[in-house]
Amino acid sequence: MRTSWLIALAVLLLAVVPVMRFSDYHLFQLTMVVVYGIAILGLAILTGFNGQISLGHGAFYAIGAYTTAILMASWNVPYWATLPISAVVCAGVGFLLGLPALRLGGLYLALTTFALAVAIPQILKHKLFEEWTGGVQGLVIDKPDAPFDLPLSSDQWLYLFSLAVGVGMYVVAWNLVSGRIGRAMMAIRDHATAAEAMGINIAMLKTRTFAVSALYTGVAGSLGAIAVAYVAPDSFSVFLSITLFVGLVAGGAASIGGTIAGALFIEFIPNLADKVSKSAPSAVYGVILIAMLFLMPQGAGGFIHSIWRRIFKAR
Amino acid sequence: MVTQPDRSAPLLRITGVKMRFGGVMALGGVSFDVGHGQICGLIGPNGSGKTTLFNCISGIYRHIEGDIVFEGTSLSNMPRHRMASLGLGRTFQNVALFKPLSVRDNILVGAHHLGKTGFLANALRLPAVFTEDNAAEARLNELLELLDLKAVASTPAGALPFGTQKRVELARALIGRPKLLLLDEPAGGLNHSEVDELADMIHRIRDHFRLSVLLVEHHMSLVMRISDKVVALEFGLKIADGTPDAVRNEPEVIRAYLGETTEDDHAGAA
Repeated sequence: MRTSWLIALAVLLLAVVPVMRFSDYHLFQLTMVVVYGIAILGLAILTGFNGQISLGHGAFYAIGAYTTAILMASWNVPYWATLPISAVVCAGVGFLLGLPALRLGGLYLALTTFALAVAIPQILKHKLFEEWTGGVQGLVIDKPDAPFDLPLSSDQWLYLFSLAVGVGMYVVAWNLVSGRIGRAMMAIRDHATAAEAMGINIAMLKTRTFAVSALYTGVAGSLGAIAVAYVAPDSFSVFLSITLFVGLVAGGAASIGGTIAGALFIEFIPNLADKVSKSAPSAVYGVILIAMLFLMPQGAGGFIHSIWRRIFKAR
Repeated sequence: MVTQPDRSAPLLRITGVKMRFGGVMALGGVSFDVGHGQICGLIGPNGSGKTTLFNCISGIYRHIEGDIVFEGTSLSNMPRHRMASLGLGRTFQNVALFKPLSVRDNILVGAHHLGKTGFLANALRLPAVFTEDNAAEARLNELLELLDLKAVASTPAGALPFGTQKRVELARALIGRPKLLLLDEPAGGLNHSEVDELADMIHRIRDHFRLSVLLVEHHMSLVMRISDKVVALEFGLKIADGTPDAVRNEPEVIRAYLGETTEDDHAGAA
């Protein structure tokens, strides 16, 4: 317990170092790692800890991103104030989707959420909402400057801002999954009948877990929109949902720390693949993915955990 | 709806319970009581309806007629997740643990219904969460000690031998402070010496926690040894109800177990 907090602190210190040394572009990349980390964390809470498979979390990311963009573009709401609003909106949508999810187990739920992810870009383009969403063109929003005349570029400031939000959300997620509610989530995942006999209200727990999960991924979408300063329907294609799922599995489905590894994977491995082969980056990406799953079947989280245990036992 | 517990009334009263699967009458109107502090054994050949009855009590099946009343509260339309907080604890026939979770976490899930803190309180680690955790932790340690599980407390439950898993399941049921413990074939899959230990353990548990036990069991000698009362079923009907000695000598029971074919092999070997 204490050691995991020390590791968390070390990771945090390591995360602050780049602010002064990295270029704005690299800081932007790190901001996106934080954003993807939160998004994958949302998916991990639902799929990894509660066993409800979602292949459509890109939809919540999109809803969060558009909520923030519309609030900033149409109502001049300050960027930071859009986050709690986006959280409430996404939690509400997640809760509502959690209701039919109760009747759809396993693969059927996976396909239903997938269908949502397929539909989202078209819904965003629809004429009915064009006035707010900007249609195919999307919305351009202003990149916020550092407050209080801090001597920081806006990329530096956004990185620190995202990092602060991210740390808060990781701590809350850690609290949630390591207590009574987290145990109930995992109990449902591992044996629903037994969980119910222990007094767990499955329907209530699953829908609320869905809401929390959507909240996380939605807030990630909001932060992502602020960092990119632009939203458009085609940024939220079904590929985004699959990418988040890849990040989840690469990180290790039921691991809080693993989501950071998953985020690093989906942010940097495509770039790496591009460097290896300009002509067939996707093939290289695929090979790296398969190699990684072969070497770390439990994801990066499980891998680190097993190494940690080995060192600990050896002493 | 919930009346004051009446000590003179039985803890569990089953009256005229019927259950049908398609055209098959699995239970044809079964009635019996389980008293306070009593160990009641439910026996019968395969297909006699004892597991069906067990599932009706725990709400997995919904009986079509009759009533099951626990401490004055009818269980007939009670949601399954409310059973634990009424005071019904149970184990499963083939062990239903949360395999990847540690023994510790498995047992703590059994205390779920004693807690009240929700998502928000847990996410923010409000003081109520600590109070609750400490209370559960204290009972957890007591049970780890009592059931000799201390050494494996942080091992994933799925990695343990079957006999140990059964003890984990028992601990998980007991941490929830049940008034009635439902044991579904507790001796199934255990070897001879483990069955002996189990018999002692069930007695110890009853005395220590002052609860009643209803067990479904194939293992005749175990049932006869530990039960205060035995109920025998055959083809969904009760054929005997009384002390172990009385039931053992009941002609109907002898016929059901020894009379025809080789049902006694089942009863003895399980």
